[in-house]
Amino acid sequence: MSYCKQQGKDKIIFVTKEDHETPSSAELIAEDPNDPYEDQGLILPNGEVNWNCPCLGGMASGPCGEQFKSAFSCFHYSEEEVKGSECIEQFRTMQECMQRYPELYPQEEDEEDKQSNRNAAEGEEQPSPASS
Amino acid sequence: MLKCRTAWQKLAPLVRPSSTLCRKSAKQTVLKCESSFRPTQRASMSSGPPGGSSDNLLYYLLVGGTVIGGGVYAYSTLHGDKVRYQERIAEIVSRQNKELTPTELQPTEKGDGGSEKETAPPSEAPPVETEQPPPEAVESAPEAVPRPEVPPHAPYLLIGGGTASFAAARSIRARDPGARVLIVSEEAELPYMRPPLSKELWFSDDPNVNETLRFKQWNGKERSIYFQPPSFYVSPQDLPYVENGGVAVLNRKKVVHMDVRENKVRLDDGSEISYEKCLIATGGSPRNLQAIERAGEEVIKRTTLFRKIEDFKSLEKISKDVKSITIIGGGFMGSELACALGRRARESGLEVNQLFPEGGNMGKVLPEYLSNWTTDKVKTEGVNVLTDSVVKSVSYQDDKLEIKLKDGRVVKTDHIVAAVGLEPNVELAKSAGLEVDSDFGGFRVNAELQARSNIWVAGDAACFYDIRLGRRRVEHHDHAVVSGRLAGENMSGANKPYWHQSMFWSDLGPDVGYEAIGIVDSSLPTVGVFAKATAKDTPKAAAEESGTGIRSESETEAVASGASESTKTPSSPQVPQQGEDYGKGVIFYLRDNVVVGIILWNVFNRMPIARKIIKDGEEHTDLNEVAKLFNIHED
Repeated sequence: MSYCKQQGKDKIIFVTKEDHETPSSAELIAEDPNDPYEDQGLILPNGEVNWNCPCLGGMASGPCGEQFKSAFSCFHYSEEEVKGSECIEQFRTMQECMQRYPELYPQEEDEEDKQSNRNAAEGEEQPSPASS
Repeated sequence: MLKCRTAWQKLAPLVRPSSTLCRKSAKQTVLKCESSFRPTQRASMSSGPPGGSSDNLLYYLLVGGTVIGGGVYAYSTLHGDKVRYQERIAEIVSRQNKELTPTELQPTEKGDGGSEKETAPPSEAPPVETEQPPPEAVESAPEAVPRPEVPPHAPYLLIGGGTASFAAARSIRARDPGARVLIVSEEAELPYMRPPLSKELWFSDDPNVNETLRFKQWNGKERSIYFQPPSFYVSPQDLPYVENGGVAVLNRKKVVHMDVRENKVRLDDGSEISYEKCLIATGGSPRNLQAIERAGEEVIKRTTLFRKIEDFKSLEKISKDVKSITIIGGGFMGSELACALGRRARESGLEVNQLFPEGGNMGKVLPEYLSNWTTDKVKTEGVNVLTDSVVKSVSYQDDKLEIKLKDGRVVKTDHIVAAVGLEPNVELAKSAGLEVDSDFGGFRVNAELQARSNIWVAGDAACFYDIRLGRRRVEHHDHAVVSGRLAGENMSGANKPYWHQSMFWSDLGPDVGYEAIGIVDSSLPTVGVFAKATAKDTPKAAAEESGTGIRSESETEAVASGASESTKTPSSPQVPQQGEDYGKGVIFYLRDNVVVGIILWNVFNRMPIARKIIKDGEEHTDLNEVAKLFNIHED
């Protein structure tokens, strides 16, 4: 049983689980997916990669940032059956760069492939923050 | 006759601007000449008296000579002036040219591909009044000159080496390929995050945490408080030359003067750096109590103003050595430090006091009932909380600090931590000609964080226009990240206003925590909707569930690599306690019936919903219905 009390200007409501089971009647304004002001996910509305996405961490801004961008762009726009199969050269360059900074890019097997796949998956699943 | 003419001719050159005497003598001479002339020329046809015509002639000649003489004088004067004027102009121009030659050299350094151009060593600082151009710079051989410690030019110059600056650097690098970003920091450290300094670092099991500054997150994963290890950065010397650009940090240097017209700054060592785009992210300095400042050296050296890594290191050591620490201030930082030290106190027997003028912890943020409840929680963490306490004076006596309160109480302690607010660092406003806000402090910037055409401000020092909530200045970590990132975007060509509302959080020990967004001011009317808490509803459980590690990361910096394990804790409803138990819930802060701030009390991972409600800015008639959106009874 919920109850309510007022302490000066502050109102306090205690609610039970049952009280909150009925759907909310509060209305929220519909989201505009193309709102230019909003923070975008990994993929921008125009289809390009959002290099500033927090999901990429420091990948696009570090010392190997340019190599990462070129490899991942190639992967992103790849139309091949095996996505990114024509991007081997860029990924190799990226890996060579990353090997020079083991502190920044901890070396695991197939790390960059796993990473780009995960990022791509994240990008498709991840809506803009306000609409979740 | 001839005699007369020669005499007259001799006289003519001697004619000067006329004097009657001169004329008279001339006339007399002429008359004499004429009188001797008369007898010989009776037959002359001149009609008038013979002396009259030659008199007129002489008169004309005299006047003409005067005019000619005057004209010659005027011409020579003007000509001389013109010559002198041209000489002076030439001198000024040549002086400007001498100044330009050192600066003209700088644009050539910008070139990519590591051109080995030598430059005038600007660490000697060519100031504006240079007389001698350094000709050695132009002619000297490329190999001999070492790269200057301070690069003379940085396309992107970020003043301040904190969170906002780092977020901007990352943003710029992501958007502008090959960007060269120079961060100038007063501190000796690379950019790091501050929240762990008053939270996680104190709960670490590592005895060497003072050195490593690493901490284990709830899911067992360790990380450093530094945003990136040193290998991420380029050295400032190499910044103009590295192929793909990078981020360089210039430590232990302070920008003391900003020349907005010339687009350059001057450091405390005299060197100058010119820029194309500049970010001011100077943050703030902790305030101190007047009572302490005038209390003398012995008190001041036993007082910590907590903000930086070095403050953490020193306080951490002190907490092991002394018997009693008193924290003055009841806000976020004061309460967090009190809880952190209180936790330590359990092992060491340290006495931890906290005193502040408000009626309860977070008195300016939480509504009164919640502030009181929180104060009780802080007390259970082992802290002696003294509310309604105003410091009157502090003195050092018998090897102890004595804090005298206005109501007569006296607190004796060994060390003081003053957590009484932050003063934004706006010293550059004067030289740069930037506006400082009188209501909130800080540099006044527009909704796009811009102060002037090439100057942006972000972080604690920025008083900005929030389209939804109005002009404000925010001193939280997430705001520094959001505003730094936005400033970086706008510096690299975007034109976005402050839109993504930043949030903040606070944990009072591992069992009580909240996340908040918007304007959270206890003077506003509030509506709180609460449910009963179970064991699952703690910050610790929340972090374990979502597997995102510390909450510093879950919102704005998702971890890009590394799998995280999530452990499920069994849920057991707690026995309802006596009195009100504000276990978990949502508190809405209202301004003119519109929700402008929300606190999620022990309810986690629902920030996007809260953000949406604030963004909409709608008037909701029944806030209980809005509270349903949060599912506070669920995990």
